[in-house]
Amino acid sequence: MIRVEHLTKTFGEIQAVRDVTFEVGMGEIFAFLGPNGAGKTTTIKMLTTLLRPSGGKIEIDGLDPAKQQNEVRKRFGIVFQDPSLDDELTALENLDLHGALYHVPRKTRVERSESLLKLFELWERRNDPVKQFSGGMKRRLEIARSLLHIPKIIFLDEPTLGLDPQTRNQLWSQVKKLNEEERVTVFLTTHYMEEADRVANRIAIIDHGSIVAMGTPAELKQQTNSDTLESAFLALTGNTIRAEGADSNQSLRNMAKMWRKR
Amino acid sequence: MTTIYVLWLRQVKRYLRSRPRIVASLGQPLLYLLSFGFGFGAIFAKAGQGNYIQFLAPGMVGMTILFTSIFSGIELMFDRQFGFLKEMLVAPQPRLLIMIGRTLGGATTAIFQGVIVVVICMLTGFRPTSLAGLPAAFGFMVLISVMFTALGTAIACSLTDMQGFQMVMNFLVMPIYFLSGALFPLTGIPAVMKFFAAIDPLSYGVDGVRGSLIGLSHFGWPLDLGVLVGLTLIFLTLGARQFSRIEA
Repeated sequence: MIRVEHLTKTFGEIQAVRDVTFEVGMGEIFAFLGPNGAGKTTTIKMLTTLLRPSGGKIEIDGLDPAKQQNEVRKRFGIVFQDPSLDDELTALENLDLHGALYHVPRKTRVERSESLLKLFELWERRNDPVKQFSGGMKRRLEIARSLLHIPKIIFLDEPTLGLDPQTRNQLWSQVKKLNEEERVTVFLTTHYMEEADRVANRIAIIDHGSIVAMGTPAELKQQTNSDTLESAFLALTGNTIRAEGADSNQSLRNMAKMWRKR
Repeated sequence: MTTIYVLWLRQVKRYLRSRPRIVASLGQPLLYLLSFGFGFGAIFAKAGQGNYIQFLAPGMVGMTILFTSIFSGIELMFDRQFGFLKEMLVAPQPRLLIMIGRTLGGATTAIFQGVIVVVICMLTGFRPTSLAGLPAAFGFMVLISVMFTALGTAIACSLTDMQGFQMVMNFLVMPIYFLSGALFPLTGIPAVMKFFAAIDPLSYGVDGVRGSLIGLSHFGWPLDLGVLVGLTLIFLTLGARQFSRIEA
């Protein structure tokens, strides 16, 4: 479903993603883990046509995102790391707008919105402006929105960031259910290792722009003689705290500008 | 067409639900109209220029549309800041349609504000010399709003942080407004100011609205119309080009 070969992304002289290669099969839940600034979001942005790769090849459902952008966009849904809803619109209006942008016929849009809002337990609040929603409700709405056009793949970029354990638990249960019932391929990133351990079929760990390990959770633990995925992750990526920015791409662009001035 | 319509509708809904924004954007023209209109009215009349409210009202309409349009375009920065821009950028739609939908939505809100200001002006004593000029004035209002919304979009595509917004207001919007002839006649002013007024897009918009409403025109409507249509097309092209290059 997703094929990535020797993918690279550079911002000036900074290499954010280096020679990354992996494949994700249809119906698989694939976790893409790494410390802050490791290249996770940059990779997701390239997979989802938001950034042009500097090198390498990407295939989404057999299509080339560089040449068939809109065809690729129809095939995936995405939940971004930061909220991307229109807070002034209601839950239903956000879904309807999304459906219209994805060419979903009006009747289907209405039916699908209702079923997704019920699935994510937001139906009662459908006519409330999103600005009145809690963080967890917004996240659930974003996942519902990403599924409205019946995508084959869903990208979840740290979808549980800042949510309480109850909401995180509920959210992953719903993602798992969707994956099982609708065979949606899931590509996710998270900093919560126990979540990746629980839901992912396979995991890739990226650090400093390169993939340092890939396998099932059990394989990664075995490879590093660790009891938990978190220990395996630390064994593979080290204990050093990484620089964190509000927007890692922007930080990289700024750094690249500084380099050019030198 | 659906894409343009839904994005147009989004802009309009956002505007109508933001009462503080409506009130704030009407406060400024009202203040100008009352303070300048009545404050300078007597001097203007003594100088043999006639009724200042009659002269000022089209300028206030132009000012309102300028501010609202640029703000609507710049709103793209808020979409970037609050994440909604990414939702639009990953949608399977040509970016040109997205840009047109947003621009028309922003322009509609600006026209709406402009019409409200016309009504307010009439309440303070402004009277169009002929009702036949109203459709022409409306046409000029549409052109001003589309032109400046597209310009605002083009600028917003190039700005990555909110600090840039204040810079745009101080160094672009305010000079455009003050040099446009919204507040004073363009006859008899120093050559330097005349030059800046001549290269100011709003000058032609205000002149067009004024000519249509009270029959007083500095450049003449064919030139007003030609410049506005030309600049609207240029700014739309520029906005579309900048929007197509934007990265999340």
